[in-house]
Amino acid sequence: MSSLTLNPDPASGTPVSSGASGTDHAVVGPRANRGRSRGPRRPRWVTGLLVAGVLTTIAVFLIPLFWLFSSSLKPHGEIYSWPLQWIPTSLTLENFTEAWNSAPFDRFFVNSIVTTGVGTFLEISLAILCAYAFVFVEFRFKKIAFALIIASLMLPGHVTLIVNYITVANLGWLNSYAGIILPGIASAFAMFLLYQYMRTIDRDILQAAEIDGAGHVRRMLTIVVPLSSPMILTATLIVMVGKWNEYIWPLIVTSTADMRTLPIGLLFLRSQEGYSNWGVIMAGAVFVSLPMLILFFLAQKRIIGGLAAGALK
Amino acid sequence: MTLAVRPHPDPGRSAPRGADGGAGAAGPGAETPGTRGASSTPPRPRASPQRRRRRRRDAMLFGALIAPNLIAIIVFSYYPALYNIGLSVMEWDFVAPSPEFVGLENYVDLLTDPSFGQVLLNTLIFTGVSVVGSIVGGLLLGSLLATKVPLTGFAQTMAFAPHMLPGAAVGILWLFMFDPNYGLSRWAFSLVGAASPDWTTTSDWSLWAITIAYTWQRLGFVTVICYTAILDLPKDLYEAAALDGAHGGKLLRHLTLPLLNPIIVFLSITGIISAAQAFDIISIMTSGGPGVSSSTLSWMVYEEAFQKFDIGTASAAATVLLAILLVITYLQVRVGNRKANDDS
Repeated sequence: MSSLTLNPDPASGTPVSSGASGTDHAVVGPRANRGRSRGPRRPRWVTGLLVAGVLTTIAVFLIPLFWLFSSSLKPHGEIYSWPLQWIPTSLTLENFTEAWNSAPFDRFFVNSIVTTGVGTFLEISLAILCAYAFVFVEFRFKKIAFALIIASLMLPGHVTLIVNYITVANLGWLNSYAGIILPGIASAFAMFLLYQYMRTIDRDILQAAEIDGAGHVRRMLTIVVPLSSPMILTATLIVMVGKWNEYIWPLIVTSTADMRTLPIGLLFLRSQEGYSNWGVIMAGAVFVSLPMLILFFLAQKRIIGGLAAGALK
Repeated sequence: MTLAVRPHPDPGRSAPRGADGGAGAAGPGAETPGTRGASSTPPRPRASPQRRRRRRRDAMLFGALIAPNLIAIIVFSYYPALYNIGLSVMEWDFVAPSPEFVGLENYVDLLTDPSFGQVLLNTLIFTGVSVVGSIVGGLLLGSLLATKVPLTGFAQTMAFAPHMLPGAAVGILWLFMFDPNYGLSRWAFSLVGAASPDWTTTSDWSLWAITIAYTWQRLGFVTVICYTAILDLPKDLYEAAALDGAHGGKLLRHLTLPLLNPIIVFLSITGIISAAQAFDIISIMTSGGPGVSSSTLSWMVYEEAFQKFDIGTASAAATVLLAILLVITYLQVRVGNRKANDDS
């Protein structure tokens, strides 16, 4: 048990002493030693049952997604046919053009890309600096600082919503990129992922660099960051998804259509189309979802591996 | 870290390499090597001030490195959380020049308002059903996907996909699926020869509509975490247990579940925190309605603050949310730790 005991409180569960070798904390890679065979042969009917279970699982998750895409590609009118038309008789993009034209989606896209891109860059930068300090720089009150940062994960966003709104309003940032981005750049989760990963870096290399006269900045930029790049990429993807999908904060901090992000644009589209034109609304939902879905299908191992590492460590 | 006496570095090379964050800090440290004799092995009394300088330099560097993150966390998390408690004893509408102190009036109003009881109950049902449902379902599906059968890789991918969708898109998709005339709900109910309820616009069903949609999004995430955790379980323990004659339910109860306990605690804490904050799905699907039938605390905070501009009530509701979450988290960590200790 002891080897697997995870203390659910990360602050106390992870000794910060930098003398530890850290090898026992190897971050779970996407495919780290993942043996599959276990136990004796199964009877055939059990296998059949298991396959049926897997198929049901796929159906539970796939059917709504399929429905989303299929509805967005249906010609007008077919949405309302009964019996249900699972597969459109002819694929059409008219819902997409109509959705695109009925709301400033180009602007929403730009806003989403800018806020997600800049916000992610800033958050990951802060996380790298912070994680490096916790792993490689000595400081007496490290544990307290670490606990202070990690404990912020426990604060629900709704508790900070009103005051952050007031702060942003006082700074004159309402309805601006700064207002959307800056309150979200603090990093505890990404910092923790990077921290766990950096702990596994072999210290001999760093000591050699130090003997060669490389200062902390050079050691960080030329050794630690390149060696951590797999986890930096993973953390970047996870942070990016979170920012792209963010809803409530951009909703309250922006007030004009030209500052809205994509998820809010969806609401805009619905209030325009009401319940009357589901095909168009589904097309809008596809606009909003597609970038992250593509990203996921390209990088699923990294994203899942990173989230699992956050959960399992 | 072994703090060996460093050989005298080439000053021309080391001096400009000081920490940029702690430019001031790098100064004295960088000077030292020059003033110190290169060949003389420093005796103890001389090593001490150098070590102290180094420690101070490290401390300043440490501060400089964590400062941006820590400041952001303090300014945008801790300060707002505390100030929010302050606002909860005030009355304010964003417009009046200054909030007016009213003591515990907001809390009294909340607790005596019957609709607040409904909101609390809704939050409890929404959070409880989605957390318990996703963990039980996630453990089942996760162990299913961890067996050696075809298609598990694809199932894993499909299961995780909903977690990647914006909540707004999930909300709008389920809103359409729950449409009693054109949605999948009509089809599903027609299979058993029934008419679909009007999920999102009737108070009997609205809470279940948002709960189902949210659980669907969460379930995939939990399944994949469980699947990963199960595959990472130490296999030798299972082999030993199998040699001792344990199998099936016994293995599950005495080995798998205890081993997974930390993950379950983690998933329930994070699950409760995120369910209690679920907003986009609710906002899109029901806006908390009809009436307050699908209103949760997180929706209420938004509605009171940004639609009714009643900051005091909103802050009080947010503070209640914070208190509940902290208590639950504390209890879970305690129980989780005790169980883990008992079982080992």
